[in-house]
Amino acid sequence: MNSIGYNDYIRILPELVLTFFGILVMLIDPLLGRGSRKGLGILSLTGSFLAMAAGFYQINFHGPAWFGMVQVDSFSIFFHILIPCISAICILASLEYLDQQNIHSGEYYGLILFGTAGMVLMTSAVELVLIFIALEISSISTYILAGYRRSSAAGTESSIKYFLLGSFATAFFLYGVAMIFGATGSTSIPEIYKALNGATSGALVYIAVALMLIGLGFKVAFAPFHVWTPDVYEGAPAPVVALMSTGPKAAAFAVLLRVLFATAVPNDWIWLIWIAAALSMTLGNFGALIQNNVKRMLAYSSIAHAGYILVAFAAGREIGMAAAIFYTASYAAMNVGAFAVVSHFGGTGERYIDIEDYAGLGKRSPLLAFTLTIFLLSLIGIPLTGGFFAKYYVFNAALHSNLVWLTIIGVVNSAVAAYYYLRLIVMMYMREATVDAPPERVSPSMALALVLAAIGTIYLGVLPGYVLDSAHHGAQALKAGPFSKTVQPANNANAAPVQTLK
Amino acid sequence: MLDNNYFIRYLPLLIQVGVGIALAAVMVTLSHLLGKHKWTPAKNSPYECGITPTGDAQGRFSVKFYMVAMLFILFDVEAVFLYPWAVIARKLGMFGFWEMLVYIGLVLVGFFYIWKKGMIDWNKPERNEA
Repeated sequence: MNSIGYNDYIRILPELVLTFFGILVMLIDPLLGRGSRKGLGILSLTGSFLAMAAGFYQINFHGPAWFGMVQVDSFSIFFHILIPCISAICILASLEYLDQQNIHSGEYYGLILFGTAGMVLMTSAVELVLIFIALEISSISTYILAGYRRSSAAGTESSIKYFLLGSFATAFFLYGVAMIFGATGSTSIPEIYKALNGATSGALVYIAVALMLIGLGFKVAFAPFHVWTPDVYEGAPAPVVALMSTGPKAAAFAVLLRVLFATAVPNDWIWLIWIAAALSMTLGNFGALIQNNVKRMLAYSSIAHAGYILVAFAAGREIGMAAAIFYTASYAAMNVGAFAVVSHFGGTGERYIDIEDYAGLGKRSPLLAFTLTIFLLSLIGIPLTGGFFAKYYVFNAALHSNLVWLTIIGVVNSAVAAYYYLRLIVMMYMREATVDAPPERVSPSMALALVLAAIGTIYLGVLPGYVLDSAHHGAQALKAGPFSKTVQPANNANAAPVQTLK
Repeated sequence: MLDNNYFIRYLPLLIQVGVGIALAAVMVTLSHLLGKHKWTPAKNSPYECGITPTGDAQGRFSVKFYMVAMLFILFDVEAVFLYPWAVIARKLGMFGFWEMLVYIGLVLVGFFYIWKKGMIDWNKPERNEA
């Protein structure tokens, strides 16, 4: 147990692969002359796919590693596969975007890989200080990526805002970690669980959980910690928004699940989550109603979706956890796709990002319009798309826990949300084009990104069984308690393949 | 979880903080009240190592300065690590030698990167992209 062996390395294999490729990209970049960095993009794409493969490989290597700081179980493997999927599609979308914006820099891909490594590590770390470091790795990468359009004032504003508020929020998280250390004498989640088990948790624990909730709440952008979202998403490059509205969110929700279920009995914080969920859904959806800028609209919609996931948190129990895990996957598929469309359609300097610009897109570019329609329908939650099942499981879990009012608020909100998503669809198919410039041709890499995201969305809507099973296994692993040494699922074939986005 | 003596144990710390603040406040106030003030323009200007101040601190600097400052700190810290190693290098033997070689190798990779990126070249024109 106390010596480092082969298994220790296998249990951080996705992180190792991502970091290796990130460093490789950074080192090759200065050797290349000026010009496109497509080659590096394809290299980092390879890195993402290998990391995903490493995630699959881990299925046979459940257990703790690195002196109990990392825990590989069905829960973390789910995210180890999901998050590299997200980054792969974002890289595919970036290949075209960077050339379009005339940004020739390989570090962009390096940062995506480093950020992904941080997010992946967040989901398997069970030691709060390690979680903090992973959180910082992913945050710092995204701070820089957010400001990648250096000549654009909005890009700089976005990066500065994200950086200042983000570092403030991580300070909250760190303070919470210090408090919980004061209360339990450990920063290791299994130890904390042991120390708190049965004992009445004191004031210090409540403060600690509240502080950590604030820190992570910022990362997943639920109300009332959502204010930064529209400004940051508006200015950041669209493929980066695709990444940071899904990847860090999934990772932070994973941490939230681990931390909350280890520290407090659900009854203690359920009202906190209840209020945050109701606020997020309402503020997000009503905020989105009045937006004219598609990126801002999707930003508000992402706040609302964080609210739906919180409903699953409030429901608690295994069924709620599974619903939350499933929701992150399904939300990732549709949101990455939607932002990929926005990224292509924006054109040089992201000129076309108002809803009016999308008028007549159905005729001008059927592929873009069709895929965007799929993603928007999924965001509404229309059957046969991933969004439907995600919402269904969330509300189902909420009803099982007798959260009738929260469910009602959620359903009403879904109906409100349909208005602004449908407005965009109507604009695309039933209005004449206002922009006379012909839309740019969709490059093969972008087409691949869109098709993959669309397949993922529909797959989750038609055959959710596989992914849902994996989510349930993840929830079981979580429920089994952080100290269960090896939570090997009885039937490996069942727990395995999460073909989410691929 | 917390016993009754938990906060009492920190009382001396609190007293110390209080005394510190009070002492500083008393000294500043007393010197302000008791001292004689003769203001001259030279006295009122900010002190900049004896040179007459020019402009204010909010001016814009080239990003090169920040780069150099950052790199300086990186390599400075590296050099600082070398010293304690050098002192006990014999005691550590080959193990210490290889460890240090790996460490220097990692730093050299970073050095290679910044060199190729032209960050050491002061006269390199700044790239304008996008």
